[in-house]
Amino acid sequence: MKRLALLTFISTVAFAADAPVLIQNATILTITNGTVKGSILLQDGKIAAIGDKVMAPAGAVVIDGAGKYVMPGIIDCHSHIMAEAINEGSVSVSSMVGIPDVLNPEDIAIYRALAGGVTSANILHGSANSIGGKTIVMKMRWGKDAEEMKFEGAMPGIKFALGENPKRAGQAAGRGGGGGAAPGTGGRYPATRMGVEDVIREAFNDAVAYKANWDLYNAKAAKGDVAIPPARDLKLEPLVEVLEGKRLVHAHCYRQDEILMLLHVADDYHFKIRTLQHVLEGYKVAKEIQERGTGASTFSDWWAYKIEANDAIPYNAAILVRKGVLTSLNSDDAELMRHLDKEAAKTVKYGGLTETEALSLITINPAKQLMIDKKVGSLEVGKDADVLLYDGHPLSNFSKVTKVWIDGHEYFDLDKDVEGRPAKESEKKALITKAAAEQRANGGGRGGMNNATGLATTPQGVPQQ
Amino acid sequence: MKRKLSSILPICLAIAALAIAAASHLSAEGPGVYALRDARIVRVSGPVIEHGTILVRDGLIEAVGDNITPPADAWVVDCKGLTVYPGLVDALSNWGLTNTPATTAAPAAGGRGGGRAQAAIVATPNATATVVITSTPARGPEDRPSNVAYNKAADQLFPTDRNIESARNGGYTAAVTFATGNIFAGQGSVISLAGERAGDMVIVPSVGQMITLGGGRGGGGGGGYPGSLMGSIAYIRQIYLDADHYKLAKSIYEKHPQGLPRPAYDRTLEGVIATDRVLLPAERSVEIERMIAFAKEMKMNAVLYGGHEAWRDTDLLKKTNTPILVSLKYPVKAADSDPALDEPLRTLELREKAPTAAGALAKAGVKFAFYSDGVSTPRDLMRAVKKAIDAGLSPADAIRALTLSPAEIFGVDNRLGSIDKGKIADLVVVDGDIFAGAKVKYVFVDGNKFEPPDEPAGGGRGGRGGATIPGLNQGGSAQ
Repeated sequence: MKRLALLTFISTVAFAADAPVLIQNATILTITNGTVKGSILLQDGKIAAIGDKVMAPAGAVVIDGAGKYVMPGIIDCHSHIMAEAINEGSVSVSSMVGIPDVLNPEDIAIYRALAGGVTSANILHGSANSIGGKTIVMKMRWGKDAEEMKFEGAMPGIKFALGENPKRAGQAAGRGGGGGAAPGTGGRYPATRMGVEDVIREAFNDAVAYKANWDLYNAKAAKGDVAIPPARDLKLEPLVEVLEGKRLVHAHCYRQDEILMLLHVADDYHFKIRTLQHVLEGYKVAKEIQERGTGASTFSDWWAYKIEANDAIPYNAAILVRKGVLTSLNSDDAELMRHLDKEAAKTVKYGGLTETEALSLITINPAKQLMIDKKVGSLEVGKDADVLLYDGHPLSNFSKVTKVWIDGHEYFDLDKDVEGRPAKESEKKALITKAAAEQRANGGGRGGMNNATGLATTPQGVPQQ
Repeated sequence: MKRKLSSILPICLAIAALAIAAASHLSAEGPGVYALRDARIVRVSGPVIEHGTILVRDGLIEAVGDNITPPADAWVVDCKGLTVYPGLVDALSNWGLTNTPATTAAPAAGGRGGGRAQAAIVATPNATATVVITSTPARGPEDRPSNVAYNKAADQLFPTDRNIESARNGGYTAAVTFATGNIFAGQGSVISLAGERAGDMVIVPSVGQMITLGGGRGGGGGGGYPGSLMGSIAYIRQIYLDADHYKLAKSIYEKHPQGLPRPAYDRTLEGVIATDRVLLPAERSVEIERMIAFAKEMKMNAVLYGGHEAWRDTDLLKKTNTPILVSLKYPVKAADSDPALDEPLRTLELREKAPTAAGALAKAGVKFAFYSDGVSTPRDLMRAVKKAIDAGLSPADAIRALTLSPAEIFGVDNRLGSIDKGKIADLVVVDGDIFAGAKVKYVFVDGNKFEPPDEPAGGGRGGRGGATIPGLNQGGSAQ
């Protein structure tokens, strides 16, 4: 459906079939197939051609890319934008809740992420719970509704969390933060890393029993026996999906001991941890991570912001890459999300990754981690036309994203954004002026039905001194 | 002399108070036979009758038309120059649920909006349905936190609630009244706004389950489940799944009581399955879309409430055939907000366009009705409706949204909501246009005639526009 025109002038053309877009004479960073000096054609939502010379189809918008760079849309493996709730901190296992229930497609952070080149993001539940809520991969189709922004066919996920955050809620009295215990309540179990492990194991024991219960019922029903089916349990269903490999686990973690703990728990219950999130001590256990095919999604050079982040090093991503771990950089933050390209650049300095390896950390690698790499993450013919146009090399501090396409549709244009600002400003001023005039006409404070409070602050109500 | 006066004064006041109390009781004349003659009749269900008669007998409308001769046993009420509308229905109310003493009623705080942007759901003072607070934090849906699905408004009525009389004096004759304060806040009831005993007031005892989201329980480890919007939605989903399972388990057990374990009795789920209509909060467009998707997923017979941004979702509401109740408490800038606050365009627009929602819904053919949302004085309610009319709603659609539409949404249009033969004799007689500040001359509730008292001149709620500010002006002159 069409959203507020004032929010996005772009939406007015959102449903017209998009004309093909041909970018010529550009430096095309394909990520997976080297760098091409030439043209790229976006047509019918896909990348239709890449090469030295590509013929412009009829009606194509031709963009001169001389001096400019084209790269695949950035994928953020860890974000909390567009979620109207982050943590269900009341319980240690909150797998019954899910981000898909509370998406806000009008979060301005979406548009700002687009401006930073992000085209897809993994929207995660917070880290207050040993086992947190369900997660979802979204495309930043600004102007569309929540349903239309979902990444079609992406695997659903679930958030786990280890260490300080999930145990903090178990420590007595008001430590604040993710589900900090209310004063006097004594908090919730667990209060230690040992307890976190126990909570996860108990939850999977329950899930195994739940599944067995259903299997028993289904066997009875198949035989034609009369039986009452078990009640559905929305807390355990996602865990059964994890056991069956139908739901990806994204686990917040910091220290090497807790990372090993979780890998061993997963071994015991025969499931995979798809990604370790943050994983700042991942460099210490890279071999163990790599052996299990588990991915790592980390920060560039952020550390020491909490005790468990003290042993972090800026070489983490590079070491993990060199040890063969599928590695990405994520934002976990609406602001950081706007310059993931510059975060990637840091790995060239710290650890000496090549430019392509650095850019892989925010494109094809997170795509693989989220199992959406058949569609996005690199510039290849047939993939979704999620494409960025830069005015310089993406790893340079001096470069900006100037255009963003998702599925071949233009969702961001820097020039149009700048041009549109005065109109929005005057629209806003007009509304403010109108509201003020109405308030005056109504004798001050009688504008709405809020009469009880409206009267108290009218000018007459201010005591004269 | 002075001393004598001061000793007499309290007695005089007491007598006066008694007289007023007696008058208010006596203002209802019994359910006899009335002929409202020569009235302009806005039937709502059909064309306006410019000069007609309505015959009321034993609480019901016996006849309506322009060619009716009042029978000999009827009290003839001369309605020359007056307009008769169906009694107004508050589509979502808390009237009748508060044991408010007969002094100035404080406007109910909070309100029913959903979402985090709204104030926490605040139970009206003295409301019977208070928030359920358990001594130990809920560990999950199995503890049934914040859930009084089994409560019925009809069982909790206070016939003496001052809101009833005040609403009635403004032309309201019925309300769909719901308790709030819990996520599952209980079943609502359609009630008449008059009656000596609670039982007399109930038209339909259970017409829907009230769901609230947003405010209430804070997050955090000590607060118990659910502690977030996400948790609340997941909780509601689990409860409805549990209710389905409960029904299924009971039906299987009934057929095979021998050899099957007995399903446990669950009064919460009994409450949930008592009505299939579910009221879901949806104020912003995002919430409207979210709740429509949720209702579709859960196969709910949903009625949304809030609706100030519904002008953006008329197509979706129409397509999914979802009725919506539109609050008459428009969003306003908080009076104590920072004057230098730079508000986003979105917030400004939400406020500016809230009164256009009703008109847009009417134009799109969406079923909608107005509700009071804590605004307790009919004059303020009519002023809010007038604002919607000024913003594009036709007066005919406005009166429908206050009469027949709420009756249809709650399935009582066969007895309420329009002036038709056989329907309950709920009528309001005014000396002009009800939305232009006309005076309410008579109100009929279940065929009982009420005459609202004359409003004190210049006092009370102030004149239109609210230019005078009682109290403050006095304070100024006292200087």
